[in-house]
Amino acid sequence: MSALKQTPVYSLYKEHGAKTIDFGGWDLPVQFSSIQKEHEAVRTKAGLFDVSHMGEIEVKGPDALAFLQKIATNDASKLVEGQAQYSVMCYPDGGTIDDLLIYKLGDEHYLLVVNAANIEKDYDWMQKHAEGNMVLRNISEETAQLAVQGPLAETVLQKLTDTNLSEIRFFHFKQNVILSGISALVSRTGYTGEDGFEIYMQAQDAPALWNSILEAGGEDVLPCGLGARDTLRFEARLPLYGQELSRNISPIEAGLGFAVKVDKPVPFIGQDALKEQKENGAPRKLVGIEMMERGIPRTHYAVYVGEEKIGEVTTGTQSPTLKKSVGLALIKREYSEPGTEIEVEIRGKHVKAKVVRTPFYKRS
Amino acid sequence: MSQVQAELKYSKEHEWVEVLDNERVRVGITQFAQEQLGDIVFIELPEQGATVKVNESMGTVESVKAVSDIYSPVSGEIVEVNGELEEAPEAINGDAYGAGWMVVIKLADAAELDELMTAEQYEAFSKEEE
Repeated sequence: MSALKQTPVYSLYKEHGAKTIDFGGWDLPVQFSSIQKEHEAVRTKAGLFDVSHMGEIEVKGPDALAFLQKIATNDASKLVEGQAQYSVMCYPDGGTIDDLLIYKLGDEHYLLVVNAANIEKDYDWMQKHAEGNMVLRNISEETAQLAVQGPLAETVLQKLTDTNLSEIRFFHFKQNVILSGISALVSRTGYTGEDGFEIYMQAQDAPALWNSILEAGGEDVLPCGLGARDTLRFEARLPLYGQELSRNISPIEAGLGFAVKVDKPVPFIGQDALKEQKENGAPRKLVGIEMMERGIPRTHYAVYVGEEKIGEVTTGTQSPTLKKSVGLALIKREYSEPGTEIEVEIRGKHVKAKVVRTPFYKRS
Repeated sequence: MSQVQAELKYSKEHEWVEVLDNERVRVGITQFAQEQLGDIVFIELPEQGATVKVNESMGTVESVKAVSDIYSPVSGEIVEVNGELEEAPEAINGDAYGAGWMVVIKLADAAELDELMTAEQYEAFSKEEE
């Protein structure tokens, strides 16, 4: 077995009580204090996440935009400099390679942020489809990412910089922001359903910034692990690759139609399959479910109506915010109407649940 | 809370066993086990009168993140169940050796107790698992 990879912040985990796990080959903190406490901190104050394992790929050159238009489902031509966009890369049959953020850094210059477990697969795919005058560069190793999320995120981060962070609107960013002496790209984006920032910097600068943010935040900011990141994104119905999205699940099925511009004037990979699904409805749909009897739905648990298996759970837990046992499930479309009674197979028993509207949590 | 309690016996599946008298034992999961699980949000225990077998699953405990089996450390009959855990499973996190107790089992074979670890042995065992 090869050694687990570590982020540049790794050596600082222990002093905050981190419990680490193997996450796709990375030794990452699943929690520091407790998943519930960290979850609550992000919903009410602020949380700090080390997400340096995420992948960053730079695309540069006169043909960079044409390339993005071909490999990604959203319309990257709509981006202005300083703006970010959620997008998806698909196979010709509409199955998902990865979901990603596209940052427009400048004319003919973009930054793509992809899932850690998919970096190699994505980069290979991109190289295979690169054409014309453009250069691709995988800068994942030299780039670190910290996320500060929660209603107090701006207050905390503002203490570290003269740049007016309130000017950065949702899904926009600023480059070369100086945060306690460290130059970073600061983006108003996140994976928690709260306001907050994702901060990209040189790998060697991440430990110092991690400490500065905790120091500036004091009681208002808690170090958070992947466990809370997962429950937070789940409540906000943000997809996780490998669960809500996969080689066998299209973004249309996952309810991400907003990021699939099937009528984009230039053709993209997967367009025909995705257009067909968007216009005629995909056979499966991702829905929210809530348990009506005792039990917690978990990833891959089968979902039934009577004797018919209609799909499976993609993510489920006891929602720390709602204190209810809820899940997301990919099921046959004819059963997707809210209120529909279904059953989840939990350890051999069929347990009653119903289809509910999502997200489970939306910030007010 | 301390990791182990001297008067208890322990299983390799991280259950503790308190000998109540010649034929009954009280069972729960250890401090080490609850720390590994994290915030416990759900528990499923056997019903009173159920028969359980040593080292076989007799229930489930779930944290926010994970699902774990509860293995019976002895064979016998369930004579008491801590019903309060159904509504408040977090008691296991807060007081694993006290309010977090799970069941009382009437022993089928008292000799099985000899297979369990002492506090000292368990402490060494759980350190290795860490």
